[in-house]
Amino acid sequence: MDLSFGPEYDAFREEVVSFLENNADKAPKSNDLRGQKAKDWQKLLIENGYTCRTIPKEFGGYGAEPDIIKSRIIAEEFSNARVNPGLGGQGISMLVPTLLEMGTQEQKEQFIRPTIMGDMLWCQGYSEPGAGSDLAALTTAAVLDGDEWVINGQKIWTSTAHIADWIFCLVRSEPDAPKHKGISFLLFDMKTPGIEVRPLVDMTGQANFNETFFTDVRVPKHQIVGERGQGWQVANAILGHERETLAPANTAQTRVNALIELMRSETADGARLIDNPVYRDRLMKIQSKVMAMRFNELRVLSARLNPGQDPGLSRMITKLEGTELRHDLEGLAIDIMGEIGLAYDDNPYLRGAGSWQRDYMYFLGLIIGGGTSQIQKNIISERGLGMPREPKFEKAS
Amino acid sequence: MQFGLSEEQILLRDNVNRFLDDNAPLDRVRAYADGGDDADIWAGLAELGVPALLVPEAQGGIGLAPLDAAIVAECLGAHVTPSPFLGTAIMAPTALVASGGQHDELLADIAAGTHRVGIAFGEAVKRRNDAHVEVRGERMFGKSLFAFDADADSYLVADQNRHLYLIAADDPGLKRVHLTTVDKSRRTVELTYDNVQATCISTDVAVFEATLDIGRVAIAADTLGAAQNMLDQAVEYAKQREQFNRPIGSFQAVKHMCAEMAAQLEPCRSMVWFAGHALAELPEEARITTCHTKAHLAEVAQFVAKTATEVHGGMGFTDLVGLHYWFKRCGANRQWLGAPEFVRHEAAVLQGLVSD
Repeated sequence: MDLSFGPEYDAFREEVVSFLENNADKAPKSNDLRGQKAKDWQKLLIENGYTCRTIPKEFGGYGAEPDIIKSRIIAEEFSNARVNPGLGGQGISMLVPTLLEMGTQEQKEQFIRPTIMGDMLWCQGYSEPGAGSDLAALTTAAVLDGDEWVINGQKIWTSTAHIADWIFCLVRSEPDAPKHKGISFLLFDMKTPGIEVRPLVDMTGQANFNETFFTDVRVPKHQIVGERGQGWQVANAILGHERETLAPANTAQTRVNALIELMRSETADGARLIDNPVYRDRLMKIQSKVMAMRFNELRVLSARLNPGQDPGLSRMITKLEGTELRHDLEGLAIDIMGEIGLAYDDNPYLRGAGSWQRDYMYFLGLIIGGGTSQIQKNIISERGLGMPREPKFEKAS
Repeated sequence: MQFGLSEEQILLRDNVNRFLDDNAPLDRVRAYADGGDDADIWAGLAELGVPALLVPEAQGGIGLAPLDAAIVAECLGAHVTPSPFLGTAIMAPTALVASGGQHDELLADIAAGTHRVGIAFGEAVKRRNDAHVEVRGERMFGKSLFAFDADADSYLVADQNRHLYLIAADDPGLKRVHLTTVDKSRRTVELTYDNVQATCISTDVAVFEATLDIGRVAIAADTLGAAQNMLDQAVEYAKQREQFNRPIGSFQAVKHMCAEMAAQLEPCRSMVWFAGHALAELPEEARITTCHTKAHLAEVAQFVAKTATEVHGGMGFTDLVGLHYWFKRCGANRQWLGAPEFVRHEAAVLQGLVSD
């Protein structure tokens, strides 16, 4: 057991801290994916190696060797200082790693630099109305007509589709192949004729999601990542990683601290909520769970750093446990505030800028999205515990 | 950075597990539950060095750390092993060493496995009803409930001031009565003190706290082992047992129960490791981590114990399968050295969220 990272990393942490002290004022406060300030900040972060760290220099990245500890230190210090960690979005988090792994040299040169600089915003076309948990059942059709794919069908949950420049999209290109082998991974411009985007308002009241419809959308043949029929492998090259990072424990820790402050300042019948033994016990229960998840993440990190170490099920359970925990945590804050916990939008009694209700709902969305809790339990029991799969249900013909 | 067990620790774990597999299977536990003793098990564990784990090398011990002790505790919980481990190997050596007193002979006897020290901490942790411990001069009066174990040669007793005393089991003023509990894998006693010779070990509350903390981490580790074993048994059973022409483990209703147990239990392993590590290396985090670990393991194990029994269907309810030994071990661990609600309150006090 050795929890220290060593002097090299202590020095690196100091570098990050001093960068933040000197530059935090340049960081944008909001997550405006289109703003010039956000782009300037992104450029500065890349130049210093605090984002897009391992992306090769030839494609506009910082070009460092992968170093899990340094990445973690950067994430921790930006989070501690509550400074914007640079541009996010599915282009940077999902498409760029996919292209680095599976793209051609031309695709890397064409797409990576503008994507990480914030000049090219992407949306992800995976889920369909009939293909949610069973994603590989997707039916959006791509038929080759000369030098072009002709695409017809519908996607759903396409975050940022209404502002995206391009889409990376799973389509069925080989209708006669087995379902996992008939999918291709295409890239195309969202301004292509035949694309219609309709916003999908979610329970938080916001419209980050969309329904996206394709009618005879024509896409040049070469805008495919991997080979025809390889789309499932291309998409899965990085899907697992997304799940692990949805609800990190250090953010949960920050929220517990905020909840404690809330319970110290809010009162009921003149008594501070922190002095209510029932609420306090519920708080302590949540704190126990957050602590357990923090140590679980240390084990995940350690297993990455020490290839011989058995991670057990520590990685496989983080999405399920992390998202459920955050939902419970935010829900406790609402409970303790009583009617004030219901405040929303412009209500003058709003606490935490409305974050408790918003995250309570947002994390319910994450419990469902990115592989539902039920799918997670299938994965844990079948892959983790070696339990038998459900027998296949044969469709009556 | 390495968060996990070292090769030596894995070897220790494997050695203890192998010994218990061979020498303390469930039938041996049943023999203890039916009124037998645990002498041969403890003698075998002593050969492996288990009672010497925390005794310094200068006193004939091995001088290992709390995390190593937690690893052994997990093995004992997994096998629902009857043994005086908690008092003799964990709490007594910790108190004796932390006290700074001269206890070479006793520590050497503990390390050799020839002297068993029981513990009576209940009255200092959360006194129930008329139980109380009072020391006047060097004489002890009062009553301790659910002291552990029943066959100890001496007892480490904490009074209401959280001072620690050692008393001899054969003191003429001591009455020791067996208190039957649901957990037949260990025996507890009522100790009645009527003018018992009490040797003061320490009046420093920090010594009491260090002793309590390591005891709680050992109990949490024991719970981890017991709960993990129940989960393993449930998964195995669900793979074998067939209904409707298929293994019941292929039904989502059953496999999701197993996944939920695994998902809640897996972080507990990291938590026990961290708590064990913190006791030796991170004094500022040790106490609060200990409280949360004790309480959280109790909660998760309660869920696992119930759910794993349900996965076994009717067989889980029988004595034939014997799953109830683990169920009751988890239940007893939940109450020993502080029920979860009280321990969480301590965690809140430690953070200054509430005054004591």
